[in-house]
Amino acid sequence: MSFIPTGIDEGGLAVPAVIANKGSRLVRAGFIPLVDAAILIAAAEFGFAAREGIQLSLIRDVSWANIRDRLAFRQFDIAHMLAPMPVAASLGLGSNPSPVVTPFVLGRGGNAITLSLGLFRRMQAMADLSGKPNALANAQALKRVIKARIEEGLGPITLGITYPFSSHNYELRYWLAAGGIDPDLEVKLVVVPPPMTSDALSAGAIDGFCVGAPWNMVAVSRGVGCIVAVKEDIWPSSPEKVIGMRPDWLEQNTETASRLIVALDRAALWCDQADNRRELALALSAPNYLDVPFEILHRVLLGQFTIDPDGAERTVPDYFNFHRDAANFPWISQAQWIYSQMVRWGQIEYCSSLAEQAGAAFRPDLYRNAIGKRVDIPTNDTRVEGRDDGDAFLDGAIFDPANIPGYLNSVGASAFEK
Amino acid sequence: MIAALSIMIFDENRIRASIIEEGLREAGHNKVVLLHEINGLARQIEIIGPDVIVIDIETPNRDMLEHLFQLTRSVRKPIAMFVDRSDSSSIEAAVEAGVSAYVVDGLKKERVKPILDMAVSRFKAFSRLQQELAEAKGALEERKIIDRAKGILMKSRSMSEDEAYSLLRQTAMNEKRKIADIAQSVVTAAALLGS
Repeated sequence: MSFIPTGIDEGGLAVPAVIANKGSRLVRAGFIPLVDAAILIAAAEFGFAAREGIQLSLIRDVSWANIRDRLAFRQFDIAHMLAPMPVAASLGLGSNPSPVVTPFVLGRGGNAITLSLGLFRRMQAMADLSGKPNALANAQALKRVIKARIEEGLGPITLGITYPFSSHNYELRYWLAAGGIDPDLEVKLVVVPPPMTSDALSAGAIDGFCVGAPWNMVAVSRGVGCIVAVKEDIWPSSPEKVIGMRPDWLEQNTETASRLIVALDRAALWCDQADNRRELALALSAPNYLDVPFEILHRVLLGQFTIDPDGAERTVPDYFNFHRDAANFPWISQAQWIYSQMVRWGQIEYCSSLAEQAGAAFRPDLYRNAIGKRVDIPTNDTRVEGRDDGDAFLDGAIFDPANIPGYLNSVGASAFEK
Repeated sequence: MIAALSIMIFDENRIRASIIEEGLREAGHNKVVLLHEINGLARQIEIIGPDVIVIDIETPNRDMLEHLFQLTRSVRKPIAMFVDRSDSSSIEAAVEAGVSAYVVDGLKKERVKPILDMAVSRFKAFSRLQQELAEAKGALEERKIIDRAKGILMKSRSMSEDEAYSLLRQTAMNEKRKIADIAQSVVTAAALLGS
């Protein structure tokens, strides 16, 4: 129940928005038009924020750099962010490392890796990929193609990511490395804004990319690409987007932040229910949000993929998990996994105090305080990642946050040292 | 004598970029480079090594720049936007005008601020111009439609030009609509009826 009068009489008639806004707290939130902004959009559109006395004002932006800067410069109170962004900020990485923490993860899933049709056909010719879609087999097949290209004197293939500190960057690198490909030497990684990925692919400017929904599906439906791996193949519980908050805003708005977490939690539960996905797809398709056809969004939300232009189908029921299995819980171990990937790919050095600093970007304490006791909330703030059933990493590695150097050795990070 | 600052303007809008360039040159900056396309941007940055990069905030290509800066091993790390974070009014003005910028770390605020202020005011002037142009275009279109409607009425109802205009205006007042809307209806109806 809310304590601030919202003007909404529970169970009674809805009152005009002007009255409902009285006494409510305005929270300005920046977002990028992607399916994983769904919880934030649902919180604003379907009354979850209003019920907590919050007037959630959503502001669409075009780049993660803008999102980061406008949060830092107080144009936004909170923001839809890539999970590695608060971690990078806490480590002083990037061109504006202003402090950001996250008390709430906006669910899991949504990413996929798409390669150009030409490249995929060549992989099919060089390896047997006729069975069930297999992300690891696809990566190994790509390795063969890359070897053949070197012998033919062809240059490295170019793959698109979205941002240097993104799950896409780390997931694409993870997939490549699992297939035996060195992401720094054997391919060229460039940043391509997600809405431009399928154009860039069809123009031959890139040979593939790793981005969030719905852009992989868009490339396939346009007949220019094939999906070779989804996030679930690489690591099912990998955190995708988060809600970023400035520590000073949190300090001054403790109560509002707490209510906001409650509102997001309710919105997440709602988004997660299969029955609501249709209504969610409709809301997301609006011009002021994603401006993408409803049919594509609906299929993406149901995890129904057409993975190549011949019409091969694949269903990934958990392609989007907005709430189940503590999907919103900001595990400190996951912030530290992100840090381990930054070390693995040379963005920063390893040091136990930096690992601790990285972990502090995720704030399970705020999440617990807001939600209270509930059976689905984990008892620990940290855990060994990739060990549970159905939560394996693509290469079978286990991430123990207490032994990051050991983990880095196990994934052969030293092999890639420059 | 302090070395002149090298400034790069990345804007897909060539006219706007030229307007900013002109302003900077007038202010005595002679090391200004304009870039309009993302292709080759990385190389240009490497060659020129600009002290300040001014970039349109509405381009999604900012994320590409972030990636470049991350990859570069150079000591001159560019930082985003403003040297002085406490100066929130100029940051607000910049975002509102649609400007963002990268500045090489360590540059004195006094040297950078006039450049950014110049970019902000030129961006604003440009959008004002654009708006005026759009309004003028709209007015011209309306006038054309009204002239056509007048012509139709003059022919089909044997009216003088003044009478035709009065009829359009009176109808617009009665229906609480714009004259141009009424004129459009007349033109559409005439086309449908083949008159």
